[in-house]
Order: sequence, then C-alpha cells, then structure tokens
Amino acid sequence: MAVATETPAAPPVAPEEAGEPARALPGWTRTLAVTTLRSLVPVVLALLAGAVLLLILGRSPVRFYSDVFRYGIQMNNWQNSAVLMAPLLLMAAALVVVFRANIWNLGYDAQYLLGAVFVVGYGPWMFAHWPTPVADVVLFLIAGTAGAIWTIVPALLRAYFGTNEIITTLMMSFIGIDVANILVKGPFQDPTVTIPQTKTIPYADMLPNIPGTRIHVGFLVAIGVVLVLHYLLTRTSFGLRLKVFGENPKAARHVGIDVRRLIVTSFLWSGFLIGLSAAVDILGLWSYVRANWNPSYGNTVIPFVFLARLNLLAVIPFVAFYAVLSTGGDLATQAVSLPTDFLLVIVALILLFMAVIEFLGRRRALGQSYLTKGLKDALRQPLFRRRKST
Amino acid sequence: MTVTESDAPAVELVGISKSFPGVLANDDVHFSVRRGEVHCLLGENGAGKSTLISILSGMQRPDSGSILVDGAPVRIRSPRDALSIGIGTVYQHSTLIPALTVLENLMLGESRRLLLDKGRARRRMGEIASMLGVEVDPDSRTGDLALGRQQQVEIASALWKGSRVLVLDEPTSMLTPQGVEELEKVLVHLKEQGTAIIFITHKLHEALAVSDRITVLRRGRTVGTISEEEIRSSDDSQIRARIVTLMFGDEAADLSDAAELQTSIEEVEALGARHVPPAAADDAEPVLELRSVTAPGDGLEPGVVDVSLTVRAGQVLGVAGIDGNGQRALAEVIAGQRRARSGTIELFGASVNRLGVSARQKLGLRYVTDDRLGEGIVRNLSVSLNLLLKRIGEPPFWRGGRIDGRRVGSTATALVGEYDIRTPTIATRAGTLSGGNIQKLLLARELSLDPKLVVFNKPTYGLDLRTTENVREIVRRLASAGAGAVLISTDLDELLELAGEIAVLSMGRIVGTVENGPDAAERIGALMIGDTGAPGAVA
Amino acid sequence: MTGVLAAASGLFTQSFVTALIAGGVLASVPLMFTALGEAISERSGVLNIGLEGMMLVGAYTGFLGAYEAHSMWVGFLTGAVGGVAAAVLMVVLSVRMGLDQIVIGIAITLAGEGITSVLQQAQFGGAYPRLPAYPQVAIPGLESIPVLGKSLFDQPLVVYFGVVLVGAVAFMFGRTRFGLELRAAGEKPEALDAAGVSVLNTRSYATLATGALAGLGGAYLSVIATGTFTPFMTQGQGYMAIVIAMLARGRPAWVAVASFVFGISLSISTALQLTGINISTDVINMLPFAAIMLALVVFARSAYLPPALAVPYVRGAR
Repeated sequence: MAVATETPAAPPVAPEEAGEPARALPGWTRTLAVTTLRSLVPVVLALLAGAVLLLILGRSPVRFYSDVFRYGIQMNNWQNSAVLMAPLLLMAAALVVVFRANIWNLGYDAQYLLGAVFVVGYGPWMFAHWPTPVADVVLFLIAGTAGAIWTIVPALLRAYFGTNEIITTLMMSFIGIDVANILVKGPFQDPTVTIPQTKTIPYADMLPNIPGTRIHVGFLVAIGVVLVLHYLLTRTSFGLRLKVFGENPKAARHVGIDVRRLIVTSFLWSGFLIGLSAAVDILGLWSYVRANWNPSYGNTVIPFVFLARLNLLAVIPFVAFYAVLSTGGDLATQAVSLPTDFLLVIVALILLFMAVIEFLGRRRALGQSYLTKGLKDALRQPLFRRRKST
Repeated sequence: MTVTESDAPAVELVGISKSFPGVLANDDVHFSVRRGEVHCLLGENGAGKSTLISILSGMQRPDSGSILVDGAPVRIRSPRDALSIGIGTVYQHSTLIPALTVLENLMLGESRRLLLDKGRARRRMGEIASMLGVEVDPDSRTGDLALGRQQQVEIASALWKGSRVLVLDEPTSMLTPQGVEELEKVLVHLKEQGTAIIFITHKLHEALAVSDRITVLRRGRTVGTISEEEIRSSDDSQIRARIVTLMFGDEAADLSDAAELQTSIEEVEALGARHVPPAAADDAEPVLELRSVTAPGDGLEPGVVDVSLTVRAGQVLGVAGIDGNGQRALAEVIAGQRRARSGTIELFGASVNRLGVSARQKLGLRYVTDDRLGEGIVRNLSVSLNLLLKRIGEPPFWRGGRIDGRRVGSTATALVGEYDIRTPTIATRAGTLSGGNIQKLLLARELSLDPKLVVFNKPTYGLDLRTTENVREIVRRLASAGAGAVLISTDLDELLELAGEIAVLSMGRIVGTVENGPDAAERIGALMIGDTGAPGAVA
Repeated sequence: MTGVLAAASGLFTQSFVTALIAGGVLASVPLMFTALGEAISERSGVLNIGLEGMMLVGAYTGFLGAYEAHSMWVGFLTGAVGGVAAAVLMVVLSVRMGLDQIVIGIAITLAGEGITSVLQQAQFGGAYPRLPAYPQVAIPGLESIPVLGKSLFDQPLVVYFGVVLVGAVAFMFGRTRFGLELRAAGEKPEALDAAGVSVLNTRSYATLATGALAGLGGAYLSVIATGTFTPFMTQGQGYMAIVIAMLARGRPAWVAVASFVFGISLSISTALQLTGINISTDVINMLPFAAIMLALVVFARSAYLPPALAVPYVRGAR
C-alpha cells in the first residue's frame, strides 16, 4: 500500500547462487558466519529445552546427553552413526530436490517402504541367480522406480489440476504403507517363519564394508549422489529452472519453463532418491523387512533440510548430527526408560526454534529465509483448482 | 449533523514524517481539509501520497507529527481508530470482498454485537444511498457489480459510521469517462452535506476538474497549495504551469527535465492535438494476426471472446479498456502463456497455436508483462540472471547445460548500461530495485536480441513521469524501427499518444476499433460502456 | 434404500447394516469434531497441518482427565483444553508472528506425537489402563425404528452434542458478526483490516476454536471409542479431517455428511467381521485414504478455498 514498503533492506546474496559471476562480496564471510550461527542456535536451544523436559520428567539430562555421546560417537559407535547417515542423506537429497521446486513431497514413508519391500522381495532370488553387482544395480533401480511410481498420482494431479500435493502425498503415504504391509504378509512373506516378515538377504550378498571399517559402501554412494546433485542444482540450467519455479512459479510460466514437466520430473526424482535410500538401507543394514516396520526417516530429516537452507553441502553436517543423536538416542532413551519418541520431541523443538529464530532474524534483516517464498506459497494451492492452460 | 461554528479544519495534518528503510516517504507534511470542500492532493507516483493516506487511515503510524480533528489532537493507531473518529477511506485497491453480498460487505465494520442486524443495516444503507444519490441492490454479490457500482459501495462503506472526512485514493483509475462523471456528481452531493473530501490523484486535469483547493506533494514534502481564489481567478494555463513547476521542481539541475516534462504534460493534456501517431500502412506486412480467438480467464476476470485483430510491421496497435476486461488474457494468449480454446494466432503468416512461450519468443515475439513483481522477475535472483531468465539453457549463455558465468555477466553489464538500469552491481538481487528500474530491466530483457512483435501490458502503470517518458520513447523507437507492437493500456492518454489505431476491449471482446484523431477519446469512451450496440452479455 | 441393498445381496443382512451405520456414526464423530474445527480456521485463512498433533494431545489430556476424575465429561473438558494448548503454539507462532504455517504445523504434529508418547510412558510405565464403558443414550420412540433406530438413535450422549454443534457452527458462519469477520479474514484480510477489525485477533480465535474441537475429537477417541490412550492412536485422522473440511468447502452440513461417509469406511471392517468375512486389516485401513484419493481424482475440478488461506497477514504488505 505504501510506496516505500517495496524497498526492504537488502539481505546479502547467497554466494552459492547458480551461475553468479564470481565476485568477492564484501563481508560475505560475516554473512556465512551469521547464517551458520542462525542454523546452529535452534539446535542448541532444542537440546536445552529437551534437557529441561528431562528434568521435569525426573530424568538426568547430563546422563542422557552423555549417553547420546557415548552410544553415538565413542568407541567406534560413530561408525553406526555413519551407517545411518547413508539413507538419511539420500532422503534429504530427495527432499531438497522437491523443496527447491516449491513442492511438498510428504509421502516419503510409503515411497521408502515400497522401495524397501521390493528389494527384499526380489533380492534373495536375484542374488541366488545373478552375479552380486548386477543384482545390486538392478535392485537399486527397482527400489528407485518403486519410490518414483508412488509419486506419479500426486505429481500428475498437481501438474494438471493444481491439486494440493501436501494432502495427496500424505494420502498416498497412508495407502502405500498399507500396500507395503500387504506385500510383506502376502507374496514376500518368508514361509519358514510364522511372524509376518520377508525373506532375508544372505549376509554374503549385502553391500561390502569400506575396508577397515564397519561402514558399508552405501555411505559412499549416498555422499556421491549428494555431491553430484549439488552440482546439478547449483550449476546447471535444470537447477536454475527448478530455482526459478521454486521462487516464483508465475515467473516460471512467464519465461516459458515447462512447469508441468518440471513438477513431474522433480517428483519422480524425489521418489527415485527415496527408493534408493531404502535400497541402500536394506542392502547395507537391515537385510529384511518386518510388517508394520517404519523408520520414518523423512519426518526427522525435514528440519535439517530447512536448517541447511536447501543447500546439499550444508545438509551433510546436519544429517551427521542427527545420525549421532538418533543412534545414541536410541539407547540413551532406553537407559532413562523413555520411549525413543522422545527424539521426535527434540526434532519438533528444533523446528519450532528454527521458526522463532527465523522470525527474530527477519526482524533484524540478518539474512535469508530458511524457506523459499515459493515453498511458502505452496500452501495457497487450493486442494483442487480449475484446470488452467499453461 | 450540522456544520459547526468552529473554523477549525475538519482534519489537519501537522508536520507528518514517515520513513521506511532507505526512503523518507513523508517529510514534514502539512495538509488540511475543511467541511464541504474537496481538497486535492496532487503528486506523481512515488511522491508519498499513499503513505500519507495510510497514516490518515490508521494503516501506518507516523514517525512524528500530529493529526488534529476539529482542532483537537487525535491519535490514530489503527483503522478502527480512524473510522471511529469519522475518517473513511476509499483505497485505490478495492477493499470489498467479491464473494460476499453488498450488505455483508457494509456490515463488516459493524459495532460489537453478537448477531448481525440485517434490518438495521438495510435502513442505514438506504440513508447513505440517498445521500449519495445512487441505488444499489443490497443482496447482490459484490463481485458481480460493475466497477463503478463497486466504488459507490466503497464510498458507502467509508461513510457507514457517519464519516465527516472522506478520503479517495486515485478513485478514477478504474472508471470509464462516464463513471468519472458519475463520481463527480456524487462528490457534489456530499459536499452539499458538509462532508470534507480529500481527493488524491496524479493527474493534473482531474485535480482541476473536481477540487476547490490543490496541494502538491513532491518527494514526500508538501511544496505548495493553490487556494480556491487562485483557482477561480487565474486562467487555466497559468495554473497548469504553476502546478507543473511545483510537481517537478525548478532547481537548476532539473530545469531542462522540467521543461521537457512540461511539454509532455501539455502534449498529453492536449490529447494529441499536435501529433497523431500514424495508422499502419495497409500494405505493410502483417506481423501478428488473431482470428476469432477465445481463451478462458482466471476466476472472476473474463478471458477473451472471439477476438480478431491484425498488427502490421511498424504499427502500434492500442488496446483500450477498463482494467479487468480481459487485458491479461489477451496479452497471455498472444505470448503463449495461455492456450486459445478456439481460433488461430498467426505470426508472420504461420499459425503458432501449438507453440509455447519459448518457441514464440524464438520467432521474435516478446511480452512486457504488467505483473512486474509477480511474474516479471524473481526477486531473490540477481539482476544478471533476471536479464537472461528467458534464455535459460540456451547457447551461448549455457553450454551443455552448464552456465557460462562470464558470458552472462558481460551481456548483463551491457544491458544494464544500455537501458540505464540503476543497480549497485549486476549481482544485486532484482527484488531490491525500485519499480522504475524493474520495468527497465524487463524492457531490457524483452527488447534485446531482435524483437519483431512486442506486447506491452500497461507499460507505464505506476511509474514516475520521467521513466514513463523513457518507456514511451522506447515504444516509439521500436515501431519506427519496423517492429510491430500491441500496446495494452488503461491510460487513454497514453494510447492516444502512441497508437495509430485503438481497439476497445470490453468483457473480453473487441467491441470496436477507433482510428486515432481529434474525437478518438469520446468514441473510445462510448465503446467502453457499450454505446454502439456491442454484442450482449458475455458469460 | 437400505431395503434395496439388503435385497441385492445376502451379505447385507439387517445386523450388518445396523452395525455398519452405528459403527459409522461412532467413527465419524471424532472426524466431525476435528473437521468442523478445521473448517473454522480454514475459512479464516489458517491451514492447520498440525491438526493431527492437536488431536493426539487432546486424546492424551482427555484420557488423563477422565481417568483421574472418573468422569467422561471432565475428560472432554481436559481434552479440549489440551487441544487449545497445542493451538496456542499455532496462534503465537503462525498467526501472530506470521511464521510458516506448514513448518509450524509439522512441528506441532511431531511434538504432539512425541510428547504424548513420552508422557504416557513416563506416567504409566508401559501399562495401558482402561476406562469403563460409558452408557449410551437412546432416544425414546425413534430408537425403535427398524434398522436405523438401533444404529442412529442409541448412541453416547456426546454424539448428539456433535449434531447440535454442526448447526451451531453453521449459525455462527451465517448469522453472527464473528462469522462474517471470519469469512472476511479468509477471503480478503486487508478488507477486514480496513473495516477496523483486527485480522490477527479474528484468526487467533478461530485457531483456538479449532484446537478445542480437535482436542474434543481426540478425547472422544481415547475416552469413548477405545477407552484407553495409546501413542499415535489417531492414525492419520487429523489429516483426514483436513481433507474433509476442504472437500466440504468449509460448510458444516457437508462436513457432517463427509465425516459420516469416512466414518463408514473406517468402521466397515468391524461390520464385515460380524458377517464372518475376514479381510486383511491393511486393506481395510487403506479404504478411507483410497476413497479420498479417488474423490480428489474425480472431483479435481471444482472446489473453493479462501483466497487468503495460509497467507500470513502483514499490514501493508502485498
């Protein structure tokens, strides 16, 4: 309304912006420091609030956090954390792809489980008949495809009818989890046991460890995928199109980006990466799937993806942190006889504090938003919308 | 409500200042209005008029200064305060809710009672309607009313609580010439009842037509007031000259600019008496041809219905019409952002119906959008990337999918210089530029690299006069270089200045085409309100 | 209608239909409360992705209240209070501070899931105590109508309360000043602001009402439907309620109808078991969500959401 509201103070430019001509920005080290600080403060605050909660429940926070440290890092336990990082990194990569494109793919649980179930469903047979590397590659592809297929309906609905994908991916997730269970109890059930679970992939056929460690090579695969994807998102025309669409969907349409194709493509990539994360997890760690099993990595990864401001390089340390918290926390919560759901509370607190810090930061115009504007606009999508030609 | 004996003005603003980060929007502003008076606040876009209105209506709080009502100081901290004091505002952008009925809209500001009292509201509405001398059906959906009607509802809403001061912010921007006349009648009615009226505009001739007093605002400061006696006693051209000097300054540095601007204002005000742009030569090659094109609209806005038009090389085809009559749909269907449901669109004699935005762009079609911030730029991307936004992935800027940063940088630097885009660096986020510079950025993007047909949608809307003049010059140069142009504008003066032929768009249909000439304005106005037997109602 | 169905197949015996409708009504009540709440905040322009979390908190505090005070009414009260407490978070962070509604919504859901599970364990140490069954109230006369009587008019008292609530919310939307302001806040907040009514207050009240109703819905699940609290017991019903509110376009009567339809699909497994048919619970669990996806695909062209939904209101920003 007022003339001057159009000229807010200019927050500093993110140095990683695609194709930015390299230019020494005065004081961008300071920007980086502030950005880092703003990403770390919510984590610290959440851990403190968690400590207060533990005190209220009559548990010792000192004991809890030292247990987390002990079981998550010390005495080679860091290797367990690294193993957990593999699927988490791929899950985070999958979320970054869609979030950058202004899309909320919240159907990660089903996409993961379907990928996992197909790996254990076909794995034993393939390993018995094919050379291991061939079977590995085929299983990776099958899992990725399963994940991708589960995104198709929400992707098409969003692309062609503008249907709100938050709702559709969640609904598809509930359906997919049940489908996975049906598969576990039906066609993929191990006939030799009475409890509902699939056959087990023989230990010899699991992904090999990195020499000298207990960390399987899936970890390296995940790191590699994250690095390649980071390059794709920040340096190529695909990445820029995604960013334009994410920041301003109307501008994307205006400049002639094929918006529908972009939506479907990023959805499929996201689903594929989530399937991949399941394959790495199953072939590297679990080797079988039990009915009603759901690690629900997506929920816990989301805050860290935001804290990293959808930057995949920054995602790595955050995921590492959560892997430690989760690995150590699993045992630490048991030690204080609380359910592991306590970790969910900490994750939720991180999200809340992130939002509050964001608010304070915005007030002081310290830096960029955690979320792209486009992502915030995603919720304005009606559940359905009249079909509009693009 | 009788006129009080007190001589104090109904409202007086004393020394109001307000700054936003980087901008001093109001700087020691003094302004007052008496009962039964229309006091015009005149200033060009960006002079600080809207900020002053936001302060008066409680949307913003001033940094310093005071507001007196009937001589007594008041505090206006929210719109509620303003309304209860009796200051009612009709904003430039409608504050009616299209999905609600007229009565529901009016009852929105009702007092704090639990249940809605429709009977009382109906009576109050009757009172105000007779005060305004208008009649509106209280039960019709507001979105279904014509814009002129909607404005009357807005005025009724501003007077709902017995306003003594009515503030009108650019009230004519959405009206037909006939609608403006009706508004003037309403203002006369209100004046007679003793209402004080503040009328905000950036158009000189409007100010002269309606006001008793005129105050000019420049760069956030009140630079002069022309009293009632002065308006009555001096002749028209003297007052105009005085106002132009007030609006654009007479400092030495600005002298040449001011002189130039004064000419252009006179040119505009004289409605092209000196210079009528040429109509297209009939033998020139058609660049763009639309045949019976129909395309859907968005929501309540109409699309285009059965539109046919031809643009030849070197021609500027004007498209006139009240805002919201299918302008956007027309521009987008030509640009390829919207699919035509039927009809054909031809560029250089070949159908482009099946081509998208990029393909049409490669043929030489360009579109300067009116939604500059909404779809024109990506705020968080750099100026350089915004300049090349329509060429993502194309060589030589991208090779094998990878960006060539140096190439992008050098091209952007060249364009920034050529179009005089004021930006700290090419890496600056585009969202931080001013409105005028954003428009220059868009023009640079669209007009670089050999345009053959350019669609301009409201290209000068909201720009200051100097940038406006730049933009118009660009349009002229483009046409004289042999390209075709479609100029969609709600500013009739602009069309008369630039276009040889002007088509009139109403409810998505072309209801007639007028050759530019002495009586063009009246004929266009008549077409806008459907005087010439325009095809009937459109779904 | 029921007669035709019954004649069409031996499967649709009277007991099956009675069980199906009665079960449908019971299962639809929590959905209806929660979806009515969502309809209120949605029409005011706030989208509550955290509804699932609010329901869970309501389920937990409701159970606790009923368990400690030995009264289902205290349970409903504490359930509503729990929901409001969760909603306060939404009000402060999203409505007042303008923070992202999705992020806060996800956070509330995660926090609700985590904290109720932690508190339950901390309090009961792995045991799941049960509440007594509460009496049903039959409406004399109507109750004796064949088939429908037993299923519709012999219900826990709170069910009838829910029906009254539908009418009350409809009245509030259409006839009261607050209802009008609510709609304006969702349609065009700047208009409401210009009319001198605080958008933030209007949306805050709406969100608190949503919390109370979601809490009631959750309390119904723990106090009436199952008689106990188990972690994650809402199983996506909060999300279903969001969809119901959207499909019903925020109109209370349609919310009731849609809730009943989804209630039927939730209760169909129990009814089928009565007839001796056993279908995998996974297939049954899937039904309501599959139904929603089907509805979304089929009706993907006509729905209306308030234009200002999920857009934080900041005066002067456009």
